Amino acid sequence: MTYIAKPKFHHPGLKKNDLGYTHRDYEGKISTLCAGCGHDSITASIIEACYELSIEPHRVAKISGIGCSSKTPDYFLGNSHGFNSVHGRMPSVLTGANLANRDLIYLGVSGDGDSASIGFGQFAHSIRRAVNMTYIVENNGVYGLTKGQFSATADRGSKSKKGVMNTDNAIDLVAIALQLGASFVARSFSGDKSQLVPLIAAAIRHKGASFIDVISPCIAFNNHAGSTKSFDYVREHNDAVNRLDVITGRDPITVDYAPGTVQVVEQHDGTRLALRKIDADYDANDRLAAMTFLQKHAAKGQVVTGLLYVDPDSDDLHTHLDTVETPLNTLEAKDLCPGTAALEKINASLR
Amino acid sequence: MPDQSPISSVNDFVVRFANVNGSGSASANEMFARSILRHGVPVSPRNIFPSNIQGLPTWYEVRVTEAGHLGARGGGVDMMVAMNPQTWDKDVASIEPGGYLFYDSTKPMPTSKFRSDITVIGVPLTAITNSTYTDPRQRQLFKNIIYLGALCALLDMDVKLVEQLIGEQYKGKEKLLSSNVHALHLGRDFALQNLKCPIGLRVKKADKVGDRIFMEGNSAAALGAVYGGATVCAWYPITPSSSVAEAFTSHCKKLRHDPKTGKAKYAIVQGEDELASIGIVIGASWNGARAFTATSGPGISLMTEFIGLSYFAEIPGVIMNIQRAGPSTGMPTRTQQCDIIACAYASHGDTKHVLLFPEDPAEAFEFAGHSFDLAERLQTMIFLMLDLDIGMNHRLCRPLKWDENQQYDRGKVMTAEMLDEPGRDFGRYLDVDGDGIPYRTYPGTHPTKGSFFTRGTSRDRYARYSEEGAVYADNMQRLVRKFETAQDMVPRPLQANAAKPTKYGVIYFGSTSPAMDEAIGLLEARGHLLDRMRVRAFPFHSSVASFIADHDFVYVVEQNRDGQLRQLIVNENGIDPVRLVPILHYDGTPITARFIAKAIGDHQDRLKVTPLRKAVS
Repeated sequence: MTYIAKPKFHHPGLKKNDLGYTHRDYEGKISTLCAGCGHDSITASIIEACYELSIEPHRVAKISGIGCSSKTPDYFLGNSHGFNSVHGRMPSVLTGANLANRDLIYLGVSGDGDSASIGFGQFAHSIRRAVNMTYIVENNGVYGLTKGQFSATADRGSKSKKGVMNTDNAIDLVAIALQLGASFVARSFSGDKSQLVPLIAAAIRHKGASFIDVISPCIAFNNHAGSTKSFDYVREHNDAVNRLDVITGRDPITVDYAPGTVQVVEQHDGTRLALRKIDADYDANDRLAAMTFLQKHAAKGQVVTGLLYVDPDSDDLHTHLDTVETPLNTLEAKDLCPGTAALEKINASLR
Repeated sequence: MPDQSPISSVNDFVVRFANVNGSGSASANEMFARSILRHGVPVSPRNIFPSNIQGLPTWYEVRVTEAGHLGARGGGVDMMVAMNPQTWDKDVASIEPGGYLFYDSTKPMPTSKFRSDITVIGVPLTAITNSTYTDPRQRQLFKNIIYLGALCALLDMDVKLVEQLIGEQYKGKEKLLSSNVHALHLGRDFALQNLKCPIGLRVKKADKVGDRIFMEGNSAAALGAVYGGATVCAWYPITPSSSVAEAFTSHCKKLRHDPKTGKAKYAIVQGEDELASIGIVIGASWNGARAFTATSGPGISLMTEFIGLSYFAEIPGVIMNIQRAGPSTGMPTRTQQCDIIACAYASHGDTKHVLLFPEDPAEAFEFAGHSFDLAERLQTMIFLMLDLDIGMNHRLCRPLKWDENQQYDRGKVMTAEMLDEPGRDFGRYLDVDGDGIPYRTYPGTHPTKGSFFTRGTSRDRYARYSEEGAVYADNMQRLVRKFETAQDMVPRPLQANAAKPTKYGVIYFGSTSPAMDEAIGLLEARGHLLDRMRVRAFPFHSSVASFIADHDFVYVVEQNRDGQLRQLIVNENGIDPVRLVPILHYDGTPITARFIAKAIGDHQDRLKVTPLRKAVS
């Protein structure tokens, strides 16, 4: 396998965002995933979200584990630093990176094998620590790189490509994220760009642990009749709780919504999240209700998508640790070394 | 009267306290050791404790040594303070003939429980505490201070010096101070009024401590991390390393807050396991912070996959490995030097890591501080290899020193300005300077230049994924070049020659150092002269091979079963193993001068009688 770089030619007529960047500036190398892979759609949505938010591409750190999903950071934000770590251990690497420099934007990209099996612990602990990140799981319910084994998110009763039935219960990462205190929890579908792009944008703007589970069918091993992670199955069973747009504040977006049916959530950076409710009873600020709602619809075989929970007053790990505003990686000896006078005092206290 | 003459010795004896874990004796016992230091007499104390929280036996041994021998002496003890009925028989048996047994005489003991060749000293500690205190916890705690007071009288110690120590410990807590001093005098007065004081063992004021400090290695290493600029610490509790992170937390709270805002200039995370801890270290270091973790052998095993990633992806970081007796869970609270091979070659594939071997807290501080410079300069993981004997015991050592004018060596980091220089080519894994060390950039440096993808898979010099054999081999050869560069950057071995030329040498490292210092004297007394070399780092400096070449035989003294340092020396230098004689101690107790002197001395004696190689030829 080789990498494929994209040609550097930019069409002069490409639309530019506030920073003067075009879509091309948010792209990476050409994907080597299978044609039609849901992960490539997620890549496209990440590119779109970053473009719309006018993020400086190099101010993003994109970190992943191992697997098909974890290859995707190579395919977006080519001017960003990427880190393809070890299987399931993306969250700890991202946590460390975030501790070193709180000023960057952290995108954690993982898969269902990566996060729900070997990395289940790290997923859980990064969420409960409220690391300021956007944690995206590209969830296809199958191990693609090793050719078709079930992952821990595969639904009980679903079938593999070879016709084997999964007898284990599935782990619902959204339910776990809600339970662990994630302050932004969403589920989407790789084939629903109109929903996924604003979700990613909102998650990036959110301060704290943002988690998005994206059902992303594996075209090679899990897109058949017996699968509950196939394109057809998800399209048929998708129940969107809301539609949303991100209003950046700099460039308000007028969305097509009826007065009285929109819920606006103010975020810490001044951006507002406008939720268009489909279900009149759905309250995206109620964690408990979100958990119940999720369980109820899962029992009906429905894949609930949309922003399921957001805490408008969220904080993050740096808040908890009460660290200085200056990124720790910029502190120098004069900031960090207590000096010889302090050492002499310590010596004196040890005699 | 004992049927053996009581031992008579001034400033040269061993006292061991046998206690029950959780009885609160630790601070009284440590105060005893510190009190002797205040007399100007060196001490070398050691905790000997089981792996449990409460109820099982624990011992604290204090070697009083005006000669300054800081290793464990070995053999029996001169005085046993027997406070644990569970271990009574073993404790009494461990007293040297002519030694002393100090015990709580509140309840009468049958004569069969004593020995006829020792002096028995009974103090009714329980009776005294029960008549003075009503609170059960007070009774337990002050009993320890009462025996400390009695020992002051028995060993002829200056009680004012002990009072002074108590005053320092409870400064600002007047109630605790006065009650402790009261308990001290209860014990001392009883001894003076009812016992023959002093006994044959005595503490006499001297001036042998100088400006040395008394400190635990783990705390010193943690302080080194503060001075060395570590801002991120991620750890998972494991004996005997937990106190490194706990001390780092404590030091940072005192030394590392922004004076204006009160905010922390550090981040400490207790990971969910060792895997997460090393992952956090790697993530932070990748992003330009100085980061470390502290662990022990089982933690190293868990971290190994990530350690391989850091080696191959060339990410700095520091691991403080406080070694305990393995394998598996081994003996968690016993000392060894048994992770040498596991750390030197940690992870699958061809890997080599830099190891540092401090001998005492002063070096632990210094090496820990500079390990961050080394890590960033070499862009690799640095292992600070302490062992429990250094980490969890107080050691007398030279004062800590730091040159505050020195700047941190952040290594080869390209800034945005450098990337913009005309003609500048950035390739993450290019060997620009021929030393095997490439340049890196921090994430977020430049809008269009210098970004790269870090991965554990093979890649070319520009960090582009590649499975080409030649590209892979090129990278692996550069990593070897980098390791060779490290040879001249790590602390060099220290060599000391015997008074006269000799054909024999000895190599040792780490906590073996004080025992070796003493053993050399014992060997000289037996007529054996040895040149010695203390190895302080891996990769080995070329002088290690030269030292071996200059001698017929070189003894390698270490605290593990398989001679791991010896294996490493043989493997890395292509040396005939026959020329390196292993001297191995691995029962979990600290190696002693007596053990080393006997093992080497016996071998030397055999050499003189029948030189085996010559006899065969």
